Amino acid sequence: MAREMFSDLLQLSKRKSFSRGIHPPECKDHTSGKSIRRLPFAPKLVIPLSQHTGAPAVPVVREGQEVVRGEPIAEAGGFVSVPMHAPVTGIVDRIALAPTLEGEPSPAIFIKSYPAADQRILYGAPRDIESMSPEELVQAVQDTGVVGLGGAAFPTHVKLIVPEGKSVDTVVVNGCECEPYLTTDHRVMLERPDDIIAGIRVVARSLGAKRVLVGIEENKMDAAEVLRKALPEGLPIKVEVLRVKYPQGAEKMLVKALLRREIPPGGLPADVGAAVFNVATLAQIGDLLPRQQGLIERVVTITGPGVERPGNYLMALGTPLRFALEQVGFSNRRSKQVVLGGPMMGATVSSLDIPVTKGVTGILVMTHKQTRVELRHNRIYPCIKCGECVEVCPLYLNPSRLGLLARKQQYETMEEQFHLNACFECGCCSYVCPSNIPLVQYFRIAKALNRERKARACL
Amino acid sequence: MSVESSPIELRSSPHFRGVATVDRIMLDVVYALCPIALFAAFQFGLSAVCLIATCTAVCVLTEHVICRASGRPTSVGDYSAVITGMLLALTLPPGFPLWMAAVGSVVCIALGKALFGGIGFNVFNPALVGRAFVQAAFPVAITTWTPAVTERFTQFIPSSLALPFMTPAPVADWVARMSVDGFTGATPLALQKFDHITTDVTTLFMGMTSGSAGETSAILILACGVYLVFRNVVNWRIPASMLLSAFITSGLFYLADSEVYPNPFFTLFAGGLMLGAVFMATDMVASPVTALGIWIYAGLMGFLTVIIRLKGGLPEGVMYAILLGNAVSPIIDNLTQPRIFGARKRKQPKS
Ligand code: SF4
Ligand code: SF4
Repeated sequence: MAREMFSDLLQLSKRKSFSRGIHPPECKDHTSGKSIRRLPFAPKLVIPLSQHTGAPAVPVVREGQEVVRGEPIAEAGGFVSVPMHAPVTGIVDRIALAPTLEGEPSPAIFIKSYPAADQRILYGAPRDIESMSPEELVQAVQDTGVVGLGGAAFPTHVKLIVPEGKSVDTVVVNGCECEPYLTTDHRVMLERPDDIIAGIRVVARSLGAKRVLVGIEENKMDAAEVLRKALPEGLPIKVEVLRVKYPQGAEKMLVKALLRREIPPGGLPADVGAAVFNVATLAQIGDLLPRQQGLIERVVTITGPGVERPGNYLMALGTPLRFALEQVGFSNRRSKQVVLGGPMMGATVSSLDIPVTKGVTGILVMTHKQTRVELRHNRIYPCIKCGECVEVCPLYLNPSRLGLLARKQQYETMEEQFHLNACFECGCCSYVCPSNIPLVQYFRIAKALNRERKARACL
Repeated sequence: MSVESSPIELRSSPHFRGVATVDRIMLDVVYALCPIALFAAFQFGLSAVCLIATCTAVCVLTEHVICRASGRPTSVGDYSAVITGMLLALTLPPGFPLWMAAVGSVVCIALGKALFGGIGFNVFNPALVGRAFVQAAFPVAITTWTPAVTERFTQFIPSSLALPFMTPAPVADWVARMSVDGFTGATPLALQKFDHITTDVTTLFMGMTSGSAGETSAILILACGVYLVFRNVVNWRIPASMLLSAFITSGLFYLADSEVYPNPFFTLFAGGLMLGAVFMATDMVASPVTALGIWIYAGLMGFLTVIIRLKGGLPEGVMYAILLGNAVSPIIDNLTQPRIFGARKRKQPKS
């Protein structure tokens, strides 16, 4: 880390950031200059009932029923859950199991779109949100079906309720987009600053926060400028430019960078008086809430060496990956892996029938060429204790020791003494490991086995 | 365009990898050792060249044979055996008999590395294990020092070519024949320790003294160390902490009695401290991983080096200091686990 340390020292006085972390290649140039474009509607859409964290939604439509774009098709299955809305005008084909990213098929609503229908949104009615009480705002946000669009897909309205005994003084807005390749948040900030600000006002009012900090990384100065210009006078909203560093977009890192507060392990931002929202999420709230509409589309960056026309595309939720990729010139011959999300934390898909859901930020197509470069370092060496992983882990864990314990299958020790569960799988440790040890994969397996063991113990 | 039967590969994130790899790191160390080896060749001539070549070749061969014998794919390609061989050679006296060097090299790899399970598992720096072995096995040869003579590029130092299992002929006659004035056969450290003659620091810095093949030029070693730090191969804290601690410890002794004890600059630049701090103590496998642990570990080694040098019976203590440091490294590592993000300070995890 000597070189990075040096550049860190030079920059120390200049811009804020968190400590540790890495600087992967950004690869954003292919798409950051491309305006958001709408993708056509797929002939058939798949809307999984569980595309957010929490309880699955419950369908309110029958098979064979006609639906109009924007119409609610499923209601929230509890408080930590959100409703779904029809992304197209068409007919409910069936309600059945569909493949998902996680691998387990899960129930979904299949909709056949009417090719001829004009896809105007007929649902919703304008309303005055300024006069709504915080409780009404929470309900209204839940009704829009908005979840964290930065990838977490956690229902946003839940975050608007301050846990008992805590208070939130600062709303932190996440415009970091620290994953390489992804540029959706960047484009949304450039193109929809007013929606974002409207969204900020909703969440700030609902939480009773005194101030708002928008964190944007240095490589998106244009977005910071646009937002600053769009800010109305007299609001306690401040746009802060941060150093470029991965994983700054993680809640804990961003709160640390902006507020110098550390969220305890297993804790929430509310524990340190903060609430974190992604810019795209706020833009949707700012746009949908006053019109009483539901979330039916999102911006997705489709990029990577395997696509011909990379860009930022606005697409209906439920669009199958295959259809989306066909639209942008996907070459099957050269492609090797399709990743949902960014290259650091995204997951490879097993089937192109998987639809775009609320939490999908990007579709990344990797090619043979890149994979071949990787092959060169495919050999896994034993840990040489170089300490690189320890120097980059943003949570100050000891991935080296965790990795050794995983090899010895001492999963309990990993959890009890080495804080396995604090790890949020950012991938920094695997990224730097010269021995090519798939540390994050080990940690995932260890966590899964620990969960299983506990579940068995409870029986 | 058909998207059917897409050759999709499933992998676990992250899908990006940094450029550092084990072989890349090891190769960098080899590069950094080359100037030092060249200087040794320049200073001590033919004997040094053969010494380095022998150690390196035997180490690589041993590694290959052991890997084959234990049914593992050969790990010669990671260059770590090359480093071990070069390091061993550079710590030996230039006229060290080649057959003894070969034995030492086998010990390095077999006992220092393979016994523990190969790269990544060695508890000690393998080169130093070999070095400690030859020190114990061949106490005379290891302390026979020779000067740089004019004919060094055409003649071997006679002891180099001693036949296997033969004790080399004493080189004193040969040194006398080469008519080097005032050469006593003692290293600066020994001169200081036993005769209280302190060699000029500038001379040490440039390396025109007698000593092990690769330890004489402090400035060259430092330059190579800086290269390694910038290539992110060596953790800068190790040499920094070790040299600092040696400097302070020796400074305290000097303040106490400047007649008997050398000044701290002499300590820094004489003997194997520089080579040890930059190339041996920094063996990643045998050092702790946390920043705090590294400060303690290297500080301890610097302190021990000086104590052994000044208070022990030997003129040089770097080797034992590093081996001791290696031995306690796991303990230090256990005691210096990082405080995890967001945990309240000073709160110990329950174990
Ligand atoms: S241990 Fe977990 S949190 Fe730390 S770098 Fe690795 S993946 Fe990230
Ligand atoms: S980065 Fe890899 S080789 Fe280095 S200490 Fe961590 S796990 Fe071990």
